[in-house]
Amino acid sequence: MTTRSGTARAGQYLALVCYLVFLAFPLLWLVSTAFKSPQELGSVDASWLPHDPSLDSFTAAFGQQPLARSALNSLIVASCAAAISVAIAVPAAYVMVRYRSAVGKAATGWILVSQMFPFVLVIIPLFLVLKSLHLINSLTGLVLVYVVWNLPFALWMLQGYVRAVPASLEEAAAIDGCGRLRTLLSVVLPLLTPGLVATVMFSFVTAWNEFFFALVLLKSPEKQTMSVILTHFIGAEGAADLGPLAAAALMATLPSLLFFALLQRRLVSGIMSGAVKG
Amino acid sequence: MRRRDFLATTAAAASAPALIGGCAGSPGDSGPLEYLSLAWQKESIEVNKALVAEWNERNPSVKVRYVQGAWESVHDQLLTSFEGGEAPDIIHDEANDLTDFAHGGYLADLRPLLPEDLKSQISRANWETATIAGGIYGVPFLHDPRVLIANRKLLEESGVRMPTVGRPWSWGEFEDVAKELTRSRGNSRTYGVAWSMKEPVNQSVNLTMSTGGAVFHRERGKDVIRFDEADYGVPELIHRQVNEDRTASRSTLGMAGSDTLPGFFAGRYAIVPLNFSFRQQVQQQAPDGFEWVTLPMPAGRGAPGGGQFQGVSPQTLSVSQDTSRKKAAMAFIAFMTRPDHMARLAEGDWLVPTGREALRDPALNTDEHGWSTGLRIASDLRASPVLGVRGYPEWKDKVATPAFQEYYAGSIGLRALRDKLVDDGNRILARYQR
Repeated sequence: MTTRSGTARAGQYLALVCYLVFLAFPLLWLVSTAFKSPQELGSVDASWLPHDPSLDSFTAAFGQQPLARSALNSLIVASCAAAISVAIAVPAAYVMVRYRSAVGKAATGWILVSQMFPFVLVIIPLFLVLKSLHLINSLTGLVLVYVVWNLPFALWMLQGYVRAVPASLEEAAAIDGCGRLRTLLSVVLPLLTPGLVATVMFSFVTAWNEFFFALVLLKSPEKQTMSVILTHFIGAEGAADLGPLAAAALMATLPSLLFFALLQRRLVSGIMSGAVKG
Repeated sequence: MRRRDFLATTAAAASAPALIGGCAGSPGDSGPLEYLSLAWQKESIEVNKALVAEWNERNPSVKVRYVQGAWESVHDQLLTSFEGGEAPDIIHDEANDLTDFAHGGYLADLRPLLPEDLKSQISRANWETATIAGGIYGVPFLHDPRVLIANRKLLEESGVRMPTVGRPWSWGEFEDVAKELTRSRGNSRTYGVAWSMKEPVNQSVNLTMSTGGAVFHRERGKDVIRFDEADYGVPELIHRQVNEDRTASRSTLGMAGSDTLPGFFAGRYAIVPLNFSFRQQVQQQAPDGFEWVTLPMPAGRGAPGGGQFQGVSPQTLSVSQDTSRKKAAMAFIAFMTRPDHMARLAEGDWLVPTGREALRDPALNTDEHGWSTGLRIASDLRASPVLGVRGYPEWKDKVATPAFQEYYAGSIGLRALRDKLVDDGNRILARYQR
């Protein structure tokens, strides 16, 4: 029995390792490509590690395009979009879960439907609306779009987390004299930490990676985001400046990874914090 | 439905309120003119920015702002900004992409704006590439023709005749050369040629001109598709090389041009038909000591122009219909396409300039990196048969790309290919010409 369970455990780990390798492959290949010389990039014998590691691709990428500026723009847009989306979604999700009504149900249905709209369906009307608000070519306009675009899914995610918080805890808080707002801030929010972290991550990464809205709405080179700048390394008929493209793509990936690394501990540690009532 | 078609439909639906509102305003009424550039290689971006800076210094009252665009997304970006009344004043694009924009009234007809010296610098054949329904909607300034890039050592070892622009290989000779260059050693095989066919339609159609074909024909005022012997000569040859002679690698059929280069450098393929601009990547990535040579495409015997005609879709500079400063925009285009400037732009992008004087620029007239080959074939370049054909993008994406890919891979025969291209294609074109 012990041997069998040991074998099963080993099999699980092996499957996990295989899965991680599968997931990590593109990133590792990206890192390797970014440090290869142009000659090595043109070699038919592709190697895992660059034979003669070089920073030439990074120098070229930074020299050709305003990468630092675009990274800052992406950071501003993604952070603001994530923060505002969650700030609106938390009370909205709470109300929709705790105060069930026909309107709430309809709103939930609409959230699902809204997720089915492709970007291209809304881009031209959206362009006209933002133009009338003088928000074309503005990071504020882009944040607004991302908030609206992220909000339905953020709301949908948070509803599940709010539903998981026992109503009895809130009743106990009410007996102790807490008002609705205090209950939300002191009782519900700590229990929602993993949900908040997950939603912030989702909103941040969605805004960080988004390309089409950013492409259409931002015209000035100094305002363009990282995802738009990356396409500038690709030419006609699929020709690509592979080294600088890989270097720039790696630079575009790092902030997301860093953000995940910082927040993932909160995702776990916050799961049941504050749930035990003495 | 592809994003491009879908966006076009959406744009049509969304344009109504914009028109009714009538408040879109003209972009660039004040402030600098916007110049959307698709330059993407380092040298090319540098030249563009330097020229913009030079213009701004000379013309402080009509400043131009450089805006970077991208080839991959330019169509969607332009369509949205045209609809929103926020299009750039000066637009860099490809002639192939102008058809729908010209028919949609988004681009200015340049005929009344073109200065005489610019008009005379560019040949009639080149102006035809940007002529749509009688109007001129862009200044064609750079070409990217197809050439053969070959491994010089393998060619010399095989003893085959080295072709020149004056005496290119015939397609028959090219087949023989490919056989001569194909070698098998155990499990490994050196192929005579590697056709990169990830996007097979443009090159398949453009090369038909060398055998007197066109695929797209004008009949009683309407565009129709035919696929007769002159049209399928080159596709049939490629199919034969891949599937019967096995002198062309099957594995490169799904590749883009860049993907074939590692195999080319490793000596796996002796010849790669690529666009002229790919020389930049070859020069940059080729291992030390690798010798390569740029050769003209083969010619079709008995076809017009000695069989050396090739269809091209040049890069163009256009003016937005919405801009209130069309003359200033045209003046900037004239500045950018001055012979010396056009030559600098061509050099930065590794392309062939369209201007007569630019073609004589000493910086380009060198045998190094195959420049002279490209410049000498310039007079054989003709407007691609697909230019100005409404519905071509839909035909290309929905019908022709999968059909050509299946044909080259040997999944379907010539008759099935013709049926798909012609029958399905003409139904699509008819929809656009009602």
